[in-house]
Amino acid sequence: MTVEAMVEPESGAIGVDRLLAAGPDARWAQHATRFGALDAAAAAPTLLAELEASGLGGRGGAGFAAWRKLAATLEAGRRPGARPVVIANGSEGEPLSHKDATLLRHAPHLVIDGLLAAAAAVGASDAYLYAAEPGLEAVRAAAAERADAARIRFVAAPDAFIAGQATAVVNAIENGVALPRDHTRRLSESGLRGRPTLLHNVETLAQLALVARYGAAWFRAVGTADDPGTRLVTIAGDVALPQVLEVAGGTRIAEVLRAAGADTSRLAAVLVGGYHGAWLPADALDAPLSPAGLAPFGAHPGAGVLLALDRTRCGVEATAGIVSYLAAQSARQCGPCRFGLPALAETWNRLAYASHDSGLAARAWELTDTVDGRGACAHPDGTARMVRSAQRVFADDLRLHAHGGCARAAR
Amino acid sequence: MTRLDPRGASPDAPVPAARLHIDWTRCDGRGLCTELLPELLDRDEWGYPIARSLSDRSDVPVPPELEQAALDAVTLCPVIALRLTRR
Amino acid sequence: MFDDTMWAFGRASGIVDLVLLTVAVLGGILTRSGRPLPGIPRFALSLAHRNVSMLAVVFLVLHVATLLLDPYAKLTIADVVVPFAGAEKPFWLGLGTVAFDLLVAVVATALLQRAIGTKAFRAVHWLTYAMWPVAVLHSVFDGTDGTDAWFVVGTVLATAAVLAAVAWRLSHGFLETQSLRGPDRLRAPQRPDAELRRVS
Ligand code: SF4
Ligand code: SF4
Repeated sequence: MTVEAMVEPESGAIGVDRLLAAGPDARWAQHATRFGALDAAAAAPTLLAELEASGLGGRGGAGFAAWRKLAATLEAGRRPGARPVVIANGSEGEPLSHKDATLLRHAPHLVIDGLLAAAAAVGASDAYLYAAEPGLEAVRAAAAERADAARIRFVAAPDAFIAGQATAVVNAIENGVALPRDHTRRLSESGLRGRPTLLHNVETLAQLALVARYGAAWFRAVGTADDPGTRLVTIAGDVALPQVLEVAGGTRIAEVLRAAGADTSRLAAVLVGGYHGAWLPADALDAPLSPAGLAPFGAHPGAGVLLALDRTRCGVEATAGIVSYLAAQSARQCGPCRFGLPALAETWNRLAYASHDSGLAARAWELTDTVDGRGACAHPDGTARMVRSAQRVFADDLRLHAHGGCARAAR
Repeated sequence: MTRLDPRGASPDAPVPAARLHIDWTRCDGRGLCTELLPELLDRDEWGYPIARSLSDRSDVPVPPELEQAALDAVTLCPVIALRLTRR
Repeated sequence: MFDDTMWAFGRASGIVDLVLLTVAVLGGILTRSGRPLPGIPRFALSLAHRNVSMLAVVFLVLHVATLLLDPYAKLTIADVVVPFAGAEKPFWLGLGTVAFDLLVAVVATALLQRAIGTKAFRAVHWLTYAMWPVAVLHSVFDGTDGTDAWFVVGTVLATAAVLAAVAWRLSHGFLETQSLRGPDRLRAPQRPDAELRRVS
């Protein structure tokens, strides 16, 4: 599926217009009319406190509280001679996800506002925006419309799954190589050229720009207590209208899917959080799309991807395809990832298509345990998480596959 | 905020003084560290060191009595893939 | 009398050093293969390789120092560093100087591996394969005992051992991990279309 094929974002029954409130393809005029200009310097002194009170979680994948990274960078920035840096990450290597591209195209000024506000709050002299085309071009054009964005530097992200891993972003800006790096310290302590580095996803920064304007209480007026605000969601797979939606925090997954035209009664499972996410069984779709709501299923909203799997499709095959893709996307720097992921993919492909070998399932478990936590970036860990969820959710199908059958074909 | 990654050590576990950090981008799986620290490390099927625990496998907690052996591994790793860190 | 002692020690230290260099080279190749010996673990081999190499440097320094002090050898400080400028047998003496310089480079970069990085260390370490034959030629043609039967036999044996080790080094399957990570295991699956296959 391509971006072109996606339906333009619009507020449907559950849609909430916050990030995209200035309308499609908002230029400075629309942005200024809807939101007004943001005085980054004036917002800086209270931004950390407001951010903490807002409860905004990172929207890039890991979902850590947004204020923590800001606080850590601020702290590290107090070292004598430290010159903090802020980076907006919109690389979105996940092929299922289009929400960052959508945001960069339709609300580039909000991202710029957030980047500048964060830079002011941590006293950063340098600000970078890292994204793939065409999103990068959209923000570059937006930046040309305003005087305060002249110091933002734009760096193109390659179209690779792992190009958005935090250390890969820093490496790409520093050396032009979008490969993850070994690290023992957090980026907030030692990131770009050893400087304290605040790296946030572009949606996180756009949300931050709203918190900087309207405050924490306003932010919390939408969403639930444990998942305040809104989030951008990419709905893909077996839905009538694949699209990017802005939804209130804590919205039930089934509701989000229905907004994209899915018949939830026909779904076998939903992959939540993208290829590094977790499968959710069909009977769990009433769970809210929030960290707390998904925790019981070992899942997390991640970067807000929902991949619907129709019950005529086979979850084992789907998982095998994803593991194969992830194996091919290994940067091949780290032994366990380089050798383990292809071995895991091969095992899953045999589980899906080949054989009646009851030992394969055990081999898949073993390989998953082997790769987990053993790489310079989170690629093996994310792969292991997704595979483990598949082993839970598609347990029955896996048993049938081991005996040469496939449940889906029979339905 | 819920942790995405549930593998971290539980909060009430004693904090170890030292950790053996493995730089996977350098490690070539030569297996010297595995010989020196059999208590902590095994070898996977490709020769790379694998922590015997399921958590912190890139920053393996080192109990005080094994610190010397860990230091030896750091010195003897032929590709400088190991580091002893303290947090 | 003193001069005789110097001369004798200079010769002996040279021969001992040749033995040490040979052991160091063989040990280095074994270490690189990643394999242990029966009863000797990898880390012990690695340690032995490092120590023997250091000992080789010590004996080389002794070899050079005694000959510097020995009036018969007519060796100058410049000869130790600058090859092919000596008064007597300048070519064969020069080879010794070359070997000395190479060994210093190889050992210094090995000690500085942490500072200069593994890539630079490795690049310079390859020079060992030039250093060893140069050292052998120097000892055969510049050494007093170079053409004695026992020395020739020893040199032939050492050369055979090093050649065999180099042949092993160049052979397929030299690395212990090669069989575990063979090319078939490296075949990464193709990127599937993000679209999932419909079963029915
Ligand atoms: S873990 Fe895998 S993807 Fe990540 S840096 Fe290492 S080889 Fe590359
Ligand atoms: S000694 Fe170094 S290269 Fe060998 S397995 Fe251990 S970390 Fe990897």
